[in-house]
Amino acid sequence: MSTHTISVLVEDKPGVLARISALFSRRGFNIDSLAVGPTEDPGRSRMTIVVDCAERPLEQVTKQLNKLVNVLKIVELEPERAVERELVLVKVKADPAVRYQILELAELFRAKIVDVAPEALTVEATGSPDKVTAMLELLDPYGIRELVRTGRVALARGGKGIADKPLRVARPA
Amino acid sequence: MFAQLATPLGVIVKLTGAQALIRSLEQSGVEVVFGLPGGAVLPAYDPLRESSVRHILVRHEQGAGHAAEGYAWATGRVGVCMATSGPGATNLVTALCDAYMDSVPMVAITGQVPSWAIGSDAFQECDTTGITMPVTKHNELVLDPGRIAGAVAEAFHIAATGRPGPVLVDVPKDVLQATTEWAWPETLDLPGYRPVTRPNGKRVREAAALLRASRRPVLYVGGGVAKADAHQALRELAEAAGAPVTTTLMARGAFPDSHPLALGMPGMHGNYAAVAALQEADLIVALGARFDDRVTGNLATFAPKAKIVHADIDPAEIGKNRTADVPIVGDVRLVIEELAAAYRAAAAQDGPGEVAEWHRATSQWKQRFPFRYDQQDGGPLKPQHVVERVSALTGGEAVVVAGVGQHQMYAAQHFRFDRPRSWINSGGLGTMGFAVPAAMGAKVGRPDELVVAIDGDGCFQMTAQELATCTTERIPIKVLILNNGHLGMVRQWQELFYDERYSEVHLGFDVPDYVKLAEAYGALGLRCERPEDVDATLEKALAENAVPVVVDFRVDAHEGVFPMVPAGRPNDEIILGPEFSPEEQAAATRREVRAG
Repeated sequence: MSTHTISVLVEDKPGVLARISALFSRRGFNIDSLAVGPTEDPGRSRMTIVVDCAERPLEQVTKQLNKLVNVLKIVELEPERAVERELVLVKVKADPAVRYQILELAELFRAKIVDVAPEALTVEATGSPDKVTAMLELLDPYGIRELVRTGRVALARGGKGIADKPLRVARPA
Repeated sequence: MFAQLATPLGVIVKLTGAQALIRSLEQSGVEVVFGLPGGAVLPAYDPLRESSVRHILVRHEQGAGHAAEGYAWATGRVGVCMATSGPGATNLVTALCDAYMDSVPMVAITGQVPSWAIGSDAFQECDTTGITMPVTKHNELVLDPGRIAGAVAEAFHIAATGRPGPVLVDVPKDVLQATTEWAWPETLDLPGYRPVTRPNGKRVREAAALLRASRRPVLYVGGGVAKADAHQALRELAEAAGAPVTTTLMARGAFPDSHPLALGMPGMHGNYAAVAALQEADLIVALGARFDDRVTGNLATFAPKAKIVHADIDPAEIGKNRTADVPIVGDVRLVIEELAAAYRAAAAQDGPGEVAEWHRATSQWKQRFPFRYDQQDGGPLKPQHVVERVSALTGGEAVVVAGVGQHQMYAAQHFRFDRPRSWINSGGLGTMGFAVPAAMGAKVGRPDELVVAIDGDGCFQMTAQELATCTTERIPIKVLILNNGHLGMVRQWQELFYDERYSEVHLGFDVPDYVKLAEAYGALGLRCERPEDVDATLEKALAENAVPVVVDFRVDAHEGVFPMVPAGRPNDEIILGPEFSPEEQAAATRREVRAG
C-alpha cells in the first residue's frame, strides 16, 4: 500500500461529490483526503484526492471514476512531477514562558500567526504535506488544542493543463 | 437510433413539463412504458392518454422494472418504466440494480415531491437519485422544466451506448406542472461520456497472432456478445479459427448449442467440457465477458495455462479480475469482425492453427460427460425432463425466461439454444421473481414469439401478481413452474454443505394452489405430476393463445443441479454428480483424453 494523489476534473453539477465519494466507499477504497473547489472554468470543479492503495486497485478505481458521466478527466500526479500543498490552521497552547519558542518555530516554517489569545496562538502554515507534518510534530509538545487541515491540493509541474485536449460532443437519437 | 423525428430539430413549442416529458419519450422512439401512477407523477399520466406511447399498468413497480428489462433483453431496444416518488421509486430499486449488474439498457422515470418540498420529509418523499446512484449508470433530478428534453435525450443515449445500463430521471411534481418552451436538443451536453467503440488495430493483430499460434484456444463468450448482436460475426470467427466456444449464462443463444464447436455453458453449473476446456486452454479469448466468480471459481487456479485476450467495451472490466495479456477496448462486434479478418490474414501467411488434437479432446469430453439425469418411467418427475420436453416440443423456437435458482440452471443447461435473444434471466444480481414480469416485457417487445417463463415455485410467488397485468393487457405468456416445494438451490447447498440440516427452505407444494391461483388471475391453470403426462400438458399449454398459462409441474424435490463447482473452490474440483460412477469422475478429474 502507498498513497497516490489523483486530480479529477468534473462538471460542477449537483451530487458530483457524492457520486465520487460513494464510488470510493462502494468499491472498498479509503480516501486519505479530498479537496474540491471551482476552477478557471465556471462549469467545472477540480478535486484532489489522496488515496491509500496498491497500484492495481488504483487502476481499477480510476477506471471506475472515468465511467461516471460527470467526470471529465483524471490524472495521477507523481510527487516528483507535481506541486503538492496543504494548508493547516493549528491552535497551540502558548503561555508567556513558551510563546517566543512557538513564534520562532512558526518563523522557521514560514508560518503566520493569525490569532492571538492570552493562553493560545493560532498558526497558519502552508506547504508540502511533509513540511506541514514536520511542523505539527514540533508543535505537539506545547499542546495542540485543535487543528484543521484542508487536505492536499496539487498541480502537475510544467506548462500543460489537465484539460488541454478538447472533449467530444455527442448527438441525441 | 429510432425512426423519424416527431418534431423537427430546433422547433420550439410551449408545453407543460408533463407534456414535455411524454413528448420527449415519443421523440426517443418509445413504444411502450411499464408503470404505475401515484401522487407525484400524476401530471405525467394526463398527457399519456393522448400519446402514441402504450402504457402497461403493472401491479407492482418491481414488475414494471423487470418488464422493461425483459423488453430490452428481447428486443435490444431501451426498456422504459415509470413510477411515482417514495415507495414507487424504492420498489424500482431491485430492477434497477438487476439491470445495472446485467448491463440492460433501461430508462426509469420517477415523479418526485414538488421541488420546494424536497428535503422536508414530505409525504412520499425519498432521495431517489441518492438511493439509486450506486445502481444506475447515471441519474438526474430535473429541477428546471426546460431541462426535461435534454435529460430524457441524454438518458436514452447513456442507457443504450457503451456498456448499456439503467438511467433514472427524477422529476418533481411542480416541474411537471410548470409551463416551458420545449425543443428537442441538437447536441447532448455530455463532455465526460465518450465510450470507445473502435478497437485498436495493433491489439487486434496481436490477438489474431496468439489465436493462430494457439493449440488449445477457447472463445469465452459473455453477455456483451449477445447485447452487441454479434452472433453472426462470432460464428464466422469460431469457424475460421476452429476455436471451441463457451457461452456464459448471460450469453446462451449467442452461439448455437447444436454447433460442433459449442462447448455449452462454463462455470459453477456449467458443462464439464466447457469447464475443462477453460482449465486446459493455452489461450482464452474473452469476448464481452467479465471473469465473474461463478465462471472462474477460485480465481488463482482458473485457467492456469492460458494467455488472455480480453475484449470489452468497458475498460474497467479489463484486468479487474484476471490480468489480460492483450487488452482490447471496443464494441465487441467490431472486435470480433476485425479479429476474424486479422486471423484470416495471419492464417493465409503462416497456415491455419493446429487445433485438431484439441477438437478431439473437447468433443470427447462433451460426449463422455454430458448433463445427465435419470427420468424413470413411473418415477418422480425430473425437472430436467420438463425443460428437455419444452425444448423438443417448441423446436427451440421460443424465448425462454428464467428467475434464479435450480430451475434457472436446468433451463440454461437443458434447453437447446440455437437462436440469439432467445434467453433472458437474472444473472449478476440473481433476482428471484424476475421471470414472470420479464417474460411479460419480452412478449410485449416480440409479440409474435412464443415466450416461456421457466420458473421456480419460490420465485413465482415473489411477482405472481403480474399475471393480472398479463391477462388484462392480453399478454399471453406461458409460465412453467418447476414446483419442488422448496427454495431448491438453498436446499441443495444445505444438503451438500450443511450436513442435510435443512433450515427454512420448505415451502410446500400445495400452498398456494397454483391452478386455482392461475384461474383467479384469468389465466389457464394446468397441473402435471407424472413424466408420461408432460407432453400432453405442454401441448395444451402451447395451444392456448388468448390468455396466459400457468403450469404446476410437481417435480422431484431431491433432484440437484450438477455438475457443480462448490463456491470459491478451484474449477479442477468439479463434481459430476450422482449419475456418474467413481471411475467416470476420476477420468473427468484427470481430464482424460483417449487415444485414437
